[in-house]
Amino acid sequence: MAKPILEVKDLRVSFKMYAGEVQAVRGVSFSLHKGEVLAIVGESGCGKSVTAQTIMRLVPTPPSYIKEGSSILFDGKHEITKMSESQMEHVRGNEMGMIFQDPMTSLNPTMTVGAQISEGIRKHEKVKKAEAMRRAAELLTLVGMSNADERIHQYPHELSGGMRQRVMIALSLACNPKLLIADEPTTALDVTIQAQIIDLLRDIQKKTDTSIILITHDLGVVAEMAHNVVVMYAGKVVERGTLNDIFYNPRHPYTWGLLRSVPRLDSDKNNELDSIPGTPPDLYAPPVGCAFAARCPYAMQVCKEIDPEHFEVSAEHSSACWLLHPDAPKVEMPIEAGRRANG
Amino acid sequence: MAEDNILEVKNLQKHFNLSGERVLKAVDGLNFSIKRGETFGLVGESGCGKSTTGRTIIRLYEATGGQVLFNGEDIHKMSGDKKKKFHRDMQMVFQDPYASLNPRMTVGKIIAEGMDIHGLYSGKQKKERVSQLLRDVGLSEEHAGRFPHEFSGGQRQRIGIARALAIEPQFIIADEPISALDVSVQAQVVNLFKKLQKDRGLTYLFIAHDLAMVKHISDRIGVMYLGKLVEVATSDKLNAKPLHPYTQSLLSAIPIPDPDLQKQRKRVILQGEIPSPLNPPSGCPFRTRCPHAMPECAATMPPFKEVEPGHFAACHLL
Repeated sequence: MAKPILEVKDLRVSFKMYAGEVQAVRGVSFSLHKGEVLAIVGESGCGKSVTAQTIMRLVPTPPSYIKEGSSILFDGKHEITKMSESQMEHVRGNEMGMIFQDPMTSLNPTMTVGAQISEGIRKHEKVKKAEAMRRAAELLTLVGMSNADERIHQYPHELSGGMRQRVMIALSLACNPKLLIADEPTTALDVTIQAQIIDLLRDIQKKTDTSIILITHDLGVVAEMAHNVVVMYAGKVVERGTLNDIFYNPRHPYTWGLLRSVPRLDSDKNNELDSIPGTPPDLYAPPVGCAFAARCPYAMQVCKEIDPEHFEVSAEHSSACWLLHPDAPKVEMPIEAGRRANG
Repeated sequence: MAEDNILEVKNLQKHFNLSGERVLKAVDGLNFSIKRGETFGLVGESGCGKSTTGRTIIRLYEATGGQVLFNGEDIHKMSGDKKKKFHRDMQMVFQDPYASLNPRMTVGKIIAEGMDIHGLYSGKQKKERVSQLLRDVGLSEEHAGRFPHEFSGGQRQRIGIARALAIEPQFIIADEPISALDVSVQAQVVNLFKKLQKDRGLTYLFIAHDLAMVKHISDRIGVMYLGKLVEVATSDKLNAKPLHPYTQSLLSAIPIPDPDLQKQRKRVILQGEIPSPLNPPSGCPFRTRCPHAMPECAATMPPFKEVEPGHFAACHLL
C-alpha cells in the first residue's frame, strides 16, 4: 500500500488558560492517503477544529501547546510539529490549503478577489502579476463562477455567501495543494447553496485527486462526500472506519447516539427523537475513564475507571469501547443506528 | 372551519423603507392559518422572510398591510388591556440562546419577569412556580440563582422556553430555536417542545431552515421563497408529494445521513442564488432558478391555490 500523505500519531494539544489547562485534543491518531476524503465528525468542543488547525499550525502558541510525543508526518518527510514558522509558511498554501467555515470573515475585505488569489500564487511561485491574475480568473472559472474576468475585480462584499465560499475554495486551490482541509465548509450556507458547494468540492476532488480532510458535524454531508470517517468525542477518536462501517455497522454508543438523533425525512414523527442525555465533559479536568461513560446508557464499572483502547473490528474499522472486549456483555445495537434505508 | 383556527394570517405584508426610497418587501402577501393545538412549520432559506413573518405575527413589527387574526381578533388593532392579554397569550423563543437572555439577571429573575409584568404570582407562590417551570424544562430548581453564562447552549434554550411558558401562553413562536445547538442537543430540545405541547395543548409556529427537523416536529408546513408562500401542506404530504419545484429542490438538497440512499437518489441542484428582495423578479419569484420556467412565469404571479384538499401551491404548472 502506498505511503499515506498524512500520518497523525498520538496528537495532544492543550490550551494553557488562566483557569488551568484545557486538554482540547487528547491523543488523536489517523492517516490519510492520496485522493482520500476523510471526514472528522463530532460536536462542538470535541477537538475536531483544533486537530485540523494544528495540522496547519494555525493555533497560536501560547496559549496552545503541542505535547511531547505528538507527531504529524506530512508527505512522508515533513514533521509538522517540529517545523518553524518560516518552514510552515512554505507548506501552508503551497502544499496544504484550508477552507474555513465563515467566508464572510476569512476573506480580506479591502482586496479584490483577484488580488487575493494572485497574492497567494505569487507568494509561492515566481510569476508575473498579469500571469497570476490570469490564473486567478481560471481558478474562479474552475469553481463555477461565470464571467470570471469581471469577478476578479470585485470585492468580497459584492458577493453572496455561496460565491464567497467559491472564492475561498479557489484560494485554497491556488497552488495545487496535496492536502485540502475543509473546516465546516457548508455550515454557514443555505441548503440549496450547500448542495452546490458539496457538488463542487466532489467534482474538484475527482479532477485533481487532492486528499481532503472534511471537518463537520453534519452526518448528511459526510454521507455525500467522505470515503472514511473518524468520530471524535471530548478530544479523542472514539471510532474510525469506512463510510459504510460508520453508517451501517457503528460500534460505539456515541456514534449510535449521533446517528439516532438526526431526524430522517422518512422517520415516524410520532416517535421521540433519540437524544443523548447530558452534555460533553469539561476538558479542564477530563474524566479518568471513558469520557462518554457519564452519558452512555451501556456504561459499566470498568468504563468509569479505565479509558478503553481501540478494539479492532476489521482492518479499517476500530472503536474505543469496552463493549467490544471479549468479556463484555453482548449489547444489541439499536436498530435505527445501523439501519439500511432499503432493507 | 374558522372556529378551530387559533391564528389566521390574511394577505400579510411587511415592507421596510430603505434609503433612496427603496422598499424591501420582506413579507409580501401571506395567507395561512394555524389550528389550535397544531404545529405549523415555516421553512425557507435565509432572506425569505420567515423570521419577519414571525416577528410581525407577534407584533414586534407593525404590519404594512393585511391582517393577523388571533382568536378572531386583529392583533394590529389591539390596544390597552387587550394588547396586554395578547402578549400573555403569545410568546416567543428566540434563535440565539446566548443573546436572548439578559446576562445580568439570574435565571429565576429572567423566568419570573413576565409573571411580574402581568401580576400573575407573587412571593412564595412565584418562587414555587419558577422551580416548577425549571423542572418542567429539564433543569433543576437550584439553577434559579445562577446566571446565564453558567449554562450550555442547550440549557440556555431550555431557560428561554421556561421564560416563554411562565405566563401560560396558548401560542408559541419558535424562531430557529435549535439551529444554534449541537445535533444531540437539538434532539433533546425538539423532544422537550413536543412533550410540552402534549402536556399543555400549546400551538406552535416553528420557524426553521432545516426541513428534516421541521418535518419531524410539524403537522403542517409552509414553504417560503422571497417573501411569499409557495406551498402549504401537511408535513407527510409535503415530503411524499411536493408540488412546487422549489419545495422539490429544497427536499432534494438536504443531505441524507445514509450513504446508499444518497447514491441512489436523483438530485435537483438549483443553479444560482436567491435574487435580492430589493429587486425581485417579475411574475413568479422562483422563475430565475426554476428548471421548469416558462414565458408565462415572467408575466404573472401564479395564484396560491388549493390543488388538493389542504394542499396549496403557487405554480403555473399546476
